[in-house]
Order: sequence, then structure tokens, then C-alpha cells
Amino acid sequence: MAILINEKTKVLVQGITGNQGRFHTEQMLAYGSRVVAGCSPGKGGEQVHGIPVYNTVEEAVSSHGANASVLFVPAPFAMDAAMESMAAGIKTVVVISEHLPLHDELKLMKHAQECGATVVGPNTFGLISPGRCKMGIMPNAIYKSGPVGIAARSGTLSYEVADSLTQADLGQSTVVGLGGDRVVGLSFVDVIRLFANDDHTEALVLVGEIGGSAEEEAAEYLKTIDLPTVAYLAGKSAPPGKRMGHAGAIIERGRGTFEGKVKALSQAGCLVAEFPWEVPQLVAQALKKSK
Amino acid sequence: MKLYEYMAKEVMAGQGIPVPRGRVATTPEEAAEIASGIGEVAIKSQILSGGRGKAGGIAFAATPDEARTAAKRLLGAEIRGLKVERVLVEEKLQIDHELYVSITVDSAARLPLVMASMHGGINIEEVPEKHIIKQHVDPVWGLYPYEGRQLAQRLGLGGSVAKQFAALVVKLYRVFADNEAELVEINPLVVSEGRLLAADGRLNVDDEALFRQSQLPVVEEGSALERDIKELGLSFVQLDGDIAVMANGAGITMATLDIISAYGGSPANFLDAGGGASVEPTAKAIEVLLRTEPSVILINIFGGITRCDDVATALVQVKKTRGIPVPVVIRLVGTNEEAGVRILQENGFEAYSSLDEAAKKAVELSRAGGEG
Repeated sequence: MAILINEKTKVLVQGITGNQGRFHTEQMLAYGSRVVAGCSPGKGGEQVHGIPVYNTVEEAVSSHGANASVLFVPAPFAMDAAMESMAAGIKTVVVISEHLPLHDELKLMKHAQECGATVVGPNTFGLISPGRCKMGIMPNAIYKSGPVGIAARSGTLSYEVADSLTQADLGQSTVVGLGGDRVVGLSFVDVIRLFANDDHTEALVLVGEIGGSAEEEAAEYLKTIDLPTVAYLAGKSAPPGKRMGHAGAIIERGRGTFEGKVKALSQAGCLVAEFPWEVPQLVAQALKKSK
Repeated sequence: MKLYEYMAKEVMAGQGIPVPRGRVATTPEEAAEIASGIGEVAIKSQILSGGRGKAGGIAFAATPDEARTAAKRLLGAEIRGLKVERVLVEEKLQIDHELYVSITVDSAARLPLVMASMHGGINIEEVPEKHIIKQHVDPVWGLYPYEGRQLAQRLGLGGSVAKQFAALVVKLYRVFADNEAELVEINPLVVSEGRLLAADGRLNVDDEALFRQSQLPVVEEGSALERDIKELGLSFVQLDGDIAVMANGAGITMATLDIISAYGGSPANFLDAGGGASVEPTAKAIEVLLRTEPSVILINIFGGITRCDDVATALVQVKKTRGIPVPVVIRLVGTNEEAGVRILQENGFEAYSSLDEAAKKAVELSRAGGEG
């Protein structure tokens, strides 16, 4: 039906009293997400769009049973906020904040692993299970519920792809933003594994980009499962050694090239789109072939 | 932020890692003076690029006079496209063996990674995997001395050099952690008359941590235009084509560059105006595009949080306040699309809804501009 979040998810918003926190809380409520509480140290007792604000995550959890948290906390304080939510027992932590220091990310992921929590991001647009729950900053209007799972390293590019799928009447089970940083909590493989075990996900779209080896590892894993997959990768024309907006989008020492990723994915039987607008057609084709 | 070799070595020496005796010089006179206190020296161009030796950026001198001559030749010269402003003058080592050691971040494992090899002095990418020893490190606890001893043993080192290596790699991890580095590298790590020394040093610091790494020197990188624009808080990369590009989001911006290239065009830049930017920041970003002196501008907006009417208003504002001397192709879809398109049409801009068509049009206009 969906992965990671659904209509039962009780959402906590950390950093709810900031501009971003306020705006996106309103958007998430409008989408129908069950936002149950907010947290902003020093602002306990206030309300944001009717949602009660607490000083600590612990209070928000004990008062409202929040079980997933989305962070709109400035980078220097984001690691602390994520640690606080994990200490309070929250197992799904979505870090929208960008510009987190790399060494904070390393420590954060180590801790998440030790306490069995899933960190989505940092530097992610969040995740959405259309019609059920949205934890993130994506536009509300472009998704519909359906059989296609999307995992993406970039936000706006995934919006483009999701929108074109929706236009083609190919709805989505869940759309997951991995995040644009070098160290993020979920890899393509982690998300594909979840989709492969989800009865309602019948096809997969990967929106990748140059840098790192997440696509190559995904290709290895795809060989072991039976899930039709389409990929679109950005950065074909990017010069080596230049960081293309995302900290992780860089070809370093000959690694993370576009060609290497396309080759790996193609060899795993994945259909790779040359242009983003080709994705719906390839998904339809992949679905047909698997039936 | 990449540090110059001499800076990286200073940081390493501060942590107790042995480095050759020497100092940085900005004039031939200074180089001669430093050499007179040392004897036989190596004179190394300080540029933010590897492969200096092959490119003629390193010289040796037996006397202060020779050091002066060599420094004169190197200072001001261009090595690998970079101007040499400083040289490091340091003792010439007797090299008995060259090793390699580095610490970086393994994105797949989400852990720091130590790599070491007995085959130093060449690019690590050219060393066969079987000759490289790897060890992940716990980012919370750091590298333990026993892990240093294990690494030395796995490399096949023995005696005093093994001891020195074990101690050195622990110190190097401290350099990595304390300075929040993306990469620390010693290549070559030299065995010279029984002593282990960092003959070269690289230290790349995480840009996102610079706000709390104020003890480090500041090194500027990139073209003057890139540095200017970075100060505006925009994500910008200068490229060598003639089609200026702006989009909202890193991925969609990269994809836009790819599509232009696929149609035979050549982008002038990467510019991510950010998701959800309002009128003023968007206008600022459009002004940045003009500074690349393009023959055509392509703006690609998929409005989610970004509002199409805001982007249209920003474009019209720039046109009215400073003029846009080149054609603008704009693809505008999403939130408040109708209002945005109306604003554009009222002000003489044509709006596209198809990215495919917009990219083709931009390439076509760039060709026409090039011929005219």
C-alpha cells in the first residue's frame, strides 16, 4: 500500500515556529497528513495552525504519540534535533534541512543505525504516500495514488517525473527523496528493498544523478529481485570535479560518472530514459512486459 | 575548501605528524634565504591541483643561488592552468620508500575510510585494488591505537617504521575529525633513513563546517565570477558555452544542461535558483545570468513551492530596471502558471509549457546568434 509512512503516521514537526516550519505545516495539513504536534525549544505552549507546540520532543511524543518527525531546523542545530527525536523513541526522522556539516551526518547515521531508526535525508524534499500522508516540501497537487514507487536524489526533478506519471494516469505508491548530500540515511538499495516487499508497488522509478555509487549498488541489487524499473539520471553533461548544486553530485577521481551508472543500470535490465519526459512511456512499457 | 600543501602540512605538524623542514616563500629572495638555512631543497609550486611534478611545478636546488633561480622560474608561472603565487621550500629527502595513506568518507557505508598502500608516490587510482588496505572508522569514537597497529601490520611494516605508522595514522584521523575534513591525504608518505615523514599533504575541509572551523586559513577557489556569485548565496558553476541557464533545484538544473547538450547546444553555466525562491532572489539570480554574457537565456521552472507568477514578475522587473539584451526562452509550469504566463505575455515574453520545445528553441536561437 505504501512504504515508510501512511494514513496512520502521527507526524511531529521540529522547528514548527520558523518560516519554513509554519508554511509547510500548513501545506502538510492541507494535504491531510496527521500532524499531531510541533517542537520548538522555548516556544512551548504556543500553537501553529492549531497544532500544539512543545519545548521538547519527549513531551510531544508522550502527549500525542507522535511516531515520525520532520525537521525544519537550521543546519547547525539539525543534528541535535534529530538526536532528540531518536532519544524520544521516534523511528522515522525526515531531515529537510540542508547544509548539514558532513561530520554531523556521519555521527547521526551511526547513531540511527544503533537505535534502529530510519533517517530520510538530510537535504531531502521528504516523502509522500499519495492520498495518505506527506512529510516534506513537495507540491500537493502533482501526485496520485497508484502502483509506481519513486526514489529520487533530487526534489524538483522528481516533481517533474511524478507530474508526468500522474498526467499519464500512472499513480505512485510512495515517493522518497533520498537527499542531495554525500552521506544520507537511505540509499537506493534501502528504498528498493522496501518497495520490493510492498504488495502494491508494481514498478519502480529511480531519479539519480552523477556522483557516488548509489546507482551502481542499486543495479547490483535489482539483479536479485523481480521489479520492473525505469531510471532517469541527471548530470550527463557535467564537467568532472565540479559540484553541481548537491554536495554529492560530483565526479571525483573518475568515479560517479554518468556513463558508469547508465551501464550498470542497463545491465541490470533497467530501462534508462534519455529525457525526463520519456519516463511514463517506459514505465508503461515495463509494466506491460512484466504482466 | 581545499588547503594548499603548506597549510595542510602546518595543520598536520600541529597534530604531531612529522613533515620535512621548510617554509613558504613568495619571492625568489625569500626562497634563497630559506634554502640557506636548510641545504639541499625541493621547491614546490603551491597550487590546488595534483600532478605538479609531471607539469614541471617542482624543482630541486643544491645551493641558495639555485633555489633563487628555480623560485624565479616558478613564481608567477602557470602550472596546470593555475598561477603560482607561492612556493614551498623544504629539505630534499632521501627517499627509501614511498607509502600512501588517506582518510575520506565512504558514502555507501556512511563511515570514514582509511586507505593505505605500500605503493605511494603515484595517483591512488592507478594502484591496483589488491595493493590498497582499507579500514572503516567509527565516527563517534575515532581511530583507536590498536587499529593503527593493525593497519601497519596489514601493510607488512615492521620494527620502528610500523610503530611510527601506527602513531601517525591515529594523528591523521585527529586531523580529519578536528578540522571536519572531506579528505586528508599524505602521498607520498616517505621512509627516509628510518624516519616516516609526510612529503606531501592534502586537506580538503567540508564547506558546511567552515562556520565553526575558524582556526583554519581561508582559501578562495573558482573564477572571480563564481566567487562573486557564491557570496550572493547562489549555487553557481561557470561553464564554457553561450546558453545561460537557470532552473529551480539542483537536479532539474543539471537535467536542463543535459537536454541543451543533447540538442547540440552549449550551456554557459549551472545556476540553481533554489526551490521556493520569491521575487527578489529570483531577480538577483536572473541578473547573475547576464554576467555570463550569453547569447540566449533559458529559464526552466517547474513551480511547486516556487510560484510561476513570482518568477515572471522577477523577469519583468529585471527587464525594466536594467534591460535584457539577449533573447529569453522561459518554460513555466506549475503553481500559479496562468498568472505567470499572463504577466510574461503582457511584457513581450513567450512562455513554453514543454521543456523539450523550450530547450530546442534556446539552442536554435544560440545558433542564430552565433552566426549573426
